[in-house]
Amino acid sequence: METAIATQWIMACYVDDVPENGGSCIKHGDEQIAIFNFARRNEWYATQNLCPHKQQMAISRGMIGSAGENCEPKVACPFHKKTFSLLTGECLGEEELVLKTYPVKIADGKVFVGID
Amino acid sequence: MSKPTVVVVGNGMVGYKFCEKLLARSAQFQIIVFGEEPRHAYDRVHLSEYFNGKTADDLSLSTLSWYSDNGIALHLDDPIQEINRSEKTIHSLKGITLKYDYLILATGSSAFVPDIPGIEKEGVFVYRTIEDLELIKAHAVNAKSGAVMGGGLLGLEAAKALIDLGIAETHVIEFAPRLMPRQIDSAGSNMLQMKLSQLGLHIHLNKSTAAIAGEKKIQSLKFNDDSQLAVDMLVISAGIRPRDELAKLAGLHVGTRGGIVVNEKMQTSDECIYAIGECALYEGMIYGLVAPGYEMADIVAAHLTEGEKSFYGYDMSTKLKLIGVDVASFGDAFITEPDCRTILFEDTHKGIYKRINITNDGKNLLGGILIGDADAYNMLLQTVNNKIVLPPDPEDLILGSRGGEANAGAGVMSLPDDALICSCEAVTKGAICSAVSDGGVTGIDGMKKCTKAGTGCGGCVPLVKDLIAGTMKANGQYVKNVVCEHFDYSRQELFDLVKINGLKNYDLVLDHYGKGDGCEVCKPVVASILSSLWNDVIVKQEVIQDSNDRFLANIQKGGTYSVVPRIPGGEITPDKLIVIGQVAKKYGLYTKITGGQRIDLFGAHLSDLPLIWEELIDAGFESGHAYGKALRTVKSCVGSTWCRFGLHDSVTFAIEVEDRYKGIRAPHKIKGGVSGCVRECAEAQSKDFGIIATEKGWNLYVCGNGGSKPQHAQLLATDIDKETVVKYLDRFLMFYIKTADQLTRTATWLNKLDGGMSYLKNVIVNDSLGLGEQLEEEMQALVNTYHCEWKEAINNPAMRKRFAHFINAPDEKDPHAQFEPMREQVRAKEW
Ligand code: SRM
Ligand SMILES: Cc1cc2nc3c(=O)[nH]c(=O)nc-3n(C[C@H](O)[C@H](O)[C@H](O)COP(=O)(O)OP(=O)(O)OC[C@H]3O[C@@H](n4cnc5c(N)ncnc54)[C@H](O)[C@@H]3O)c2cc1C
Ligand code: SF4
Ligand code: FES
Repeated sequence: METAIATQWIMACYVDDVPENGGSCIKHGDEQIAIFNFARRNEWYATQNLCPHKQQMAISRGMIGSAGENCEPKVACPFHKKTFSLLTGECLGEEELVLKTYPVKIADGKVFVGID
Repeated sequence: MSKPTVVVVGNGMVGYKFCEKLLARSAQFQIIVFGEEPRHAYDRVHLSEYFNGKTADDLSLSTLSWYSDNGIALHLDDPIQEINRSEKTIHSLKGITLKYDYLILATGSSAFVPDIPGIEKEGVFVYRTIEDLELIKAHAVNAKSGAVMGGGLLGLEAAKALIDLGIAETHVIEFAPRLMPRQIDSAGSNMLQMKLSQLGLHIHLNKSTAAIAGEKKIQSLKFNDDSQLAVDMLVISAGIRPRDELAKLAGLHVGTRGGIVVNEKMQTSDECIYAIGECALYEGMIYGLVAPGYEMADIVAAHLTEGEKSFYGYDMSTKLKLIGVDVASFGDAFITEPDCRTILFEDTHKGIYKRINITNDGKNLLGGILIGDADAYNMLLQTVNNKIVLPPDPEDLILGSRGGEANAGAGVMSLPDDALICSCEAVTKGAICSAVSDGGVTGIDGMKKCTKAGTGCGGCVPLVKDLIAGTMKANGQYVKNVVCEHFDYSRQELFDLVKINGLKNYDLVLDHYGKGDGCEVCKPVVASILSSLWNDVIVKQEVIQDSNDRFLANIQKGGTYSVVPRIPGGEITPDKLIVIGQVAKKYGLYTKITGGQRIDLFGAHLSDLPLIWEELIDAGFESGHAYGKALRTVKSCVGSTWCRFGLHDSVTFAIEVEDRYKGIRAPHKIKGGVSGCVRECAEAQSKDFGIIATEKGWNLYVCGNGGSKPQHAQLLATDIDKETVVKYLDRFLMFYIKTADQLTRTATWLNKLDGGMSYLKNVIVNDSLGLGEQLEEEMQALVNTYHCEWKEAINNPAMRKRFAHFINAPDEKDPHAQFEPMREQVRAKEW
């Protein structure tokens, strides 16, 4: 079934604004969105920039990587190294913290983020 | 058919645990919880950490949504006021009336407040809930002196909290002739008293309080012996009183001294009503600890779901936390000869007292007391609980095996399978070992997830780690110090591999020797290795650097950064001081003299960093590497240039050494010190390397450390000249860089090094491995390739671009970074 709410795609930045295998933060109105260029896997991810642990605007400055046998892509907040799945936004530790995630599309060297 | 209704009265630690345990066993119940406190259940055991920055959220045992997610109806701030047993209903303060099939009383206890004239005065507190702590914190701001009534477990914890709150003068008033009368003997108490006095606590024994004097507010305590003590506040910690008022009102059996009487299934005198936790009285005993409460919760959950489980009392062994002195008592601590044999060890110099009681035949351990050093607590407790047969020289248990190899691991593996390792979560050795053998668990994090062991008070974590390692070894799994799940190598092995194969970037290293996509553990480790080997500009590989190294500054609360220019040896010209002042003013930075003899400028926005450094570099400053696992400072004393005792020029030497090793990356940070004579004003013996002038030259010390486990540096060489100092330092530092595990300071590295200091001396001074020359060359290569990484960063447009908060709005600052005024400067807003 098609979703009822149409996703609106915003142009966030250019591909080379985001370091390979790292992240950058973009501003969309009052929202801050962290965008990750997972070049090693040729994948892109986007999450909220706010770390839910201590409300720090820092997720984009975190290190990315993978966890476990099936290589769940993840990001670690630079503050206290809580790690979050880039797929679901869920905290991979014991805490029940979640990051909002956004879909990402690449076209013509530009990065688009889907906002509902 | 509708589900049977279970109403839980009390949303404290045990009430919460009951819900968790019941859910784990069955989904067949409708659970309804009433709590008197305004917040959902939190960790009372770690309540004092509220004063050390933990928030109510951090202390919560679950999220609020956990209850609704699991179909539990939670009514907070709404105490139950009445139970109608014939109708099987309860009535709450806010007017809710409900029918129950089973009623669980988990009402806990309250602080016992003795009936003393003046007890109602302002400034008198109890220590039980987050609200109590909030009141204490607010009052403490204006208090200079405070007292705690009660020298027991909780009283001492409260006293430490008062000290931490900045109360300059803190007293403990104890009625009995000794501290912690229920847990330790009088010799132990004497030792404890001595240690606590050193911490600044004033202890008064044999004192009973007659009245609390003061107008509206407390001013002083009056004692029965007519003495007085002026205080601005008082915390009462004179024991606990079970909350049995609701049960009493409903006509349930209660004990003469309080507590709801229960049988071994935790049933009260009404078989549909159960009592658990600190309100329950089992065979005349209230169990004022959380572990027995959790056990009771499990018994009721089992009983309701037709499981077989009974309560037979519980071990009351305890280890005191937080106070700054180890205190533990376990098993039968007080039994005396002739009923047992007692072995005592006392060291008044270090403040250590240990006592163990063993059976007359010398076979078993009965109990004991540990003051000043309780490292052996877990193992001793296990030895008692599992009736493990003692070694022929049982004194080894408290003295450590002298001479021979210490062997902690073997002991753990000899425990029986049903040995309770984590008492908070009731996890046995068997469960832990099978999580390793069958569940594939290989580390403590995995174990916490799989079994919950170690998630409560955390006291069992060392034992759990030993068990994991022991089981893996027994299964033939090779246990080694691997970096993380992505690399099956230790840091040292990886260092050699990267070197031999000339690998220059992280992806190559991962492709050759790792798996997966890396993580926040192995990336910085490899980054550090690459830097120690090739000394390239670290920000060229920014995404593998720890946050601080990535932005060449320390990240702080609120997301701003600190700026620390290098001030070698602590020497600085007035002109440079002025520049620092001007820059700080221009960018609104908070300035402070650091503990490392230099100046830190805090609160810089990410996008201001390059601008700030541009100005500093123009004035001749360089990066101070305060963010890196690298050389920090070489502290100096003024030495012979001014000091009347100075033997040589310690400032010049400190500057030379700091300039030599600056920028070099290591497994952890490195600090040095140079003093001009034995008075040691530079505190060189507390540094990773320390140089002290002697009549004939210099003494060189290595492997000292401040931090949480301070350790003095040890003498490596005596009366050597400057060139030899530098030669030995080159060798020492390079040897450390090549062989230490990640994030291991030199002191910890030495502690783990086989052969210890004599081995190190042999390698460095006697060149026993024939590595001396090579190590010196490798160090020289690093010295020759030094660069100020901030200079590189500001002069490279691509690198500079990265110092922006918003990549699509580079000129805008993060509106989230906020400040508050403080003493004519600003500080980061509290999180
Ligand atoms: C600024 C300063 C405190 C001050 O205001 O004086 C400081 C601030 C920090 N210290 Fe420190 N330490 C400072 C002197 C010390 C000292 C005293 C000294 O160097 O003589 C010690 C004890 C001595 C020692 O290290 O042996 C010290 C022991 C620590 C430790 C514990 C290290 C250990 O091995 O146990 C840490 C944690 C760590 O590094 O993992 C730490 C970590 C930190 C960090 C970097 C925490 C962090 O990662 O954010 C703090 C950065 C604050 C910031 O935002 O800039 N700091 N720290 C001092 C900077 C000195 C400098 O000029 O570079
Ligand atoms: C500072 C401090 C440090 C401690 N340290 C340790 C330690 O190191 N190790 C250890 O094992 N234990 C420690 N304890 C003890 C431990 O916290 C208790 O054993 C544990 O909290 C008991 O749990 P409980 O659920 O029985 O009681 P509580 O946690 O007190 O919960 C009872 C709850 O029931 C509520 N209630 C009462 N009456 C009603 C009613 N009529 N209707 C609705 N709600 C009601 C209360 O408000 C309370 O919220 C410490 C306690 C304190 C205060
Ligand atoms: S250590 Fe010696 S030389 Fe240095 S300041 Fe102290 S007394 Fe003077
Ligand atoms: S703020 Fe992100 S982990 Fe703490």
